[in-house]
Amino acid sequence: MTIDLTDTSTGAISAALTEARHRLGGMTLGMVLTLIIVTDEAAQYDAIRAANQAAREHPMRILAVIARKPKADSRLDAEIRVGESAPGETIVLRMYGMLGQHADSVVAPLLVPDVPVVTWWPDNAPEIPAKHPLGALAQRRVTDAAQADDPQEMLAALAAGYQPGDTDFAWTRATPWRSLLAATFDQPHPDLGTGEVAAEEDNPTADLIAAWLADRLAVPVARTVSGGPGITAATFSTELGQIEITRLDGRTATLHWPGRAERMVALHRRDIAELLAEELRRLDPDDVYAETLSHVQEFAAPAAPAAAPTKVTTGLDDE
Amino acid sequence: MTMPNAGTRGPAPANPGVIAAGQDPVNPLRDPRDRRIPRVAGPCVMVMFGVTGDLARKKLMPALYDLANRGLLPPGFSFVGFARRDWEDEDFAQITYESVKEHARTPFRETVWRQLSEGVRFVPGEFTDDAAFDQLAETVRKLDAERGTGGNYAFYLSIPPKFFPVVVQQLKRSGLSDPGPADASGRTPWRRVVIEKPFGRDLATAKELNDIVDAVFPAHSVFRIDHYLGKETVQNILALRFANSLYEPIWNRNYVDHVQITMSEDIGIGGRAGYYDGIGAARDVIQNHLLQLLALTAMEEPVSFDADSLRQEKEKILSAVRIPADLATGTARGQYSAGWQGGRQVAGYLEEDGIPADSRTETYAAVRLSVDTRRWAHVPFYLRTGKRLTRRMTEIALVFQRAPHLPFAATDTKELGKNMLVIRVQPDEGVTLRFGSKVPGSLMEVRDVNMDFAYGESFTESSPEAYERLILDVLIGDPPLFPRQEEVELSWRILDPIEDFWAENTKPEQYGSGSAGPASADQMMARDGRAWRRL
Repeated sequence: MTIDLTDTSTGAISAALTEARHRLGGMTLGMVLTLIIVTDEAAQYDAIRAANQAAREHPMRILAVIARKPKADSRLDAEIRVGESAPGETIVLRMYGMLGQHADSVVAPLLVPDVPVVTWWPDNAPEIPAKHPLGALAQRRVTDAAQADDPQEMLAALAAGYQPGDTDFAWTRATPWRSLLAATFDQPHPDLGTGEVAAEEDNPTADLIAAWLADRLAVPVARTVSGGPGITAATFSTELGQIEITRLDGRTATLHWPGRAERMVALHRRDIAELLAEELRRLDPDDVYAETLSHVQEFAAPAAPAAAPTKVTTGLDDE
Repeated sequence: MTMPNAGTRGPAPANPGVIAAGQDPVNPLRDPRDRRIPRVAGPCVMVMFGVTGDLARKKLMPALYDLANRGLLPPGFSFVGFARRDWEDEDFAQITYESVKEHARTPFRETVWRQLSEGVRFVPGEFTDDAAFDQLAETVRKLDAERGTGGNYAFYLSIPPKFFPVVVQQLKRSGLSDPGPADASGRTPWRRVVIEKPFGRDLATAKELNDIVDAVFPAHSVFRIDHYLGKETVQNILALRFANSLYEPIWNRNYVDHVQITMSEDIGIGGRAGYYDGIGAARDVIQNHLLQLLALTAMEEPVSFDADSLRQEKEKILSAVRIPADLATGTARGQYSAGWQGGRQVAGYLEEDGIPADSRTETYAAVRLSVDTRRWAHVPFYLRTGKRLTRRMTEIALVFQRAPHLPFAATDTKELGKNMLVIRVQPDEGVTLRFGSKVPGSLMEVRDVNMDFAYGESFTESSPEAYERLILDVLIGDPPLFPRQEEVELSWRILDPIEDFWAENTKPEQYGSGSAGPASADQMMARDGRAWRRL
């Protein structure tokens, strides 16, 4: 059911929630977290939809915070959805006027007791998420650098302002690639010379993967620009030839290994709901992300779009 | 077993030869702190015998696809089927495709299927045919060269045990079972063999079966699948007991009155007449599933969650299990008769196709066991299992003693039962705590209520099928969830005397289909002043 409350207060929202639960037959689900979504009218539909999908795996209270008309008189409108498409509860909070600056005063009383709080900025994230009033309420803060106007700048800002508990979808998107790379090097392999990650220019995920590989493998890794979609290749030179994973269609990767037949591996680009579900799986600080983020700037894609990709790795002659 | 924090213990395996050879030397891309990257199997081939069977089609092949879909199979993973069918690789790929499409848990994706199907091969032949096994050996070696599977083979024997001797001998003769010498870097490829229950029908046959496999494969490379141990809730018993401080103080004879472990099925024997008759419920279920659940419930805390420590604790408990002195009153067994189950009229066991009219095989078995340890002295463990009962469910219930003194009038607590902690294994996996609560109103009236934790509602990762987990563990070489031969033998030592007694002295009592079992099982509980939990 959907309950609309106009010019309301958190007390009235809580009362309406209790009443709604009562009317639906006392369904008290084991909600495992509160998700605060900081968004705007244009993006809220997709964000809430993704969150509702993730809630199937992870029942939660979703608080979508939308600031409207900063010059209007302060007012709080709430839309409560329970017992509909997803488990848990969704509350869309529209804040007018000055109230938009004090969203934490509305959100704090509505957090589910005893369970973790996650704040998610689907689009424009603050540069220091932990300092944002709604970020300060959360133990986990999720941003998406790829949505920023300048993703590299955004990553740099996030790195400067990093606090344990920060995480970014650019890193979440890296998981399938990182997992495939880890599986690839589980098998005995010749010593690696240099590495290269090729992707579209504005692809913070590729920057992070390059930084991670360089950090872990202790070999020089170059970040080069390709036509996409997304990340198109990860290449490593060895004395036997190149070990290469290519993905040209954004769906299927091919593993090239010197002296062996090519092997295909499914490597999908995932939708937002899947990314969110992965983020919600673990709520402790991600140390590996922190380490990688701290020196990601060294691996940002070459800036000038016109310039030819700087190729560092050329294979055999590159020892 | 991957328990919370087990990953931080570092890569040092307890059984060096068993843990994935693929992770040695340490892969710098793997970091125990990096919990996003899943455990992925190393390069390998799975060779499956009995691919035309129900289990292979409904569970095993879909599980392989689900693993691939979750990105848990390595690039190059290959799957070879062996059966007495005149098929080409493509035909077998088609069979696999259909089974995956119909039964896989995760959504079907063409790209994942293509990845999997690239490595699908089929070898036709009889188990006695030397040439067929030579061709099998040829096929997997070709896969090693083409797809980089590294000479690592897992043999899945999804076939009746009577074929074990010939298949195992063939694997030896064709050289498939021999991992060969170590390569330049000192790495030996692995060989693993997976076998399904039944692990024999008594102690003697279990030993015989083990000797056959043992002659060719070393003990640490034999993986006995008990699919119950792959279930999340069963692994959660360990988390519940050993990750919390709340339960340990009461997990003993001072507080526990008795324990009930139940596995009830609503279906009959279906098409399994040939296997089931002469085996019966106790051998089919109590010997493996229920005794494993008992061991996990009753065991002491293992020093770590590696395979050896865990199995040692389970073996200690199984060796402390005692059967009732009087088997006539301490056990019960029954056979379902015709009746109505779940709104349908169904036939009795003796009328099922392929069952002799004078069969004395039981379809219901209940037994009272005790565990002779300080923790469990005088706490009976009641185990029961049956077919065509009221409904399908598996659970472990710890029933606590009544409070020693109730400062209420007797009428106030008339409806107060004993406190219970129920671990629901299936369906609706979760944990229930049952305790007394005041009924709202001006009178003091205390009644039982439930506090409920449902698995599916509280965790993000939708729980994988037991077979997914177990197959992955086989390919990774992680043995804690697989019972060792010692456990199998200890379980038969418990059950054999009961089976002997039944064979000589009793005839299974008839119980109505759709009921909760034979009256003698209820009497067995009533004699102890207790009652079964309602099904």
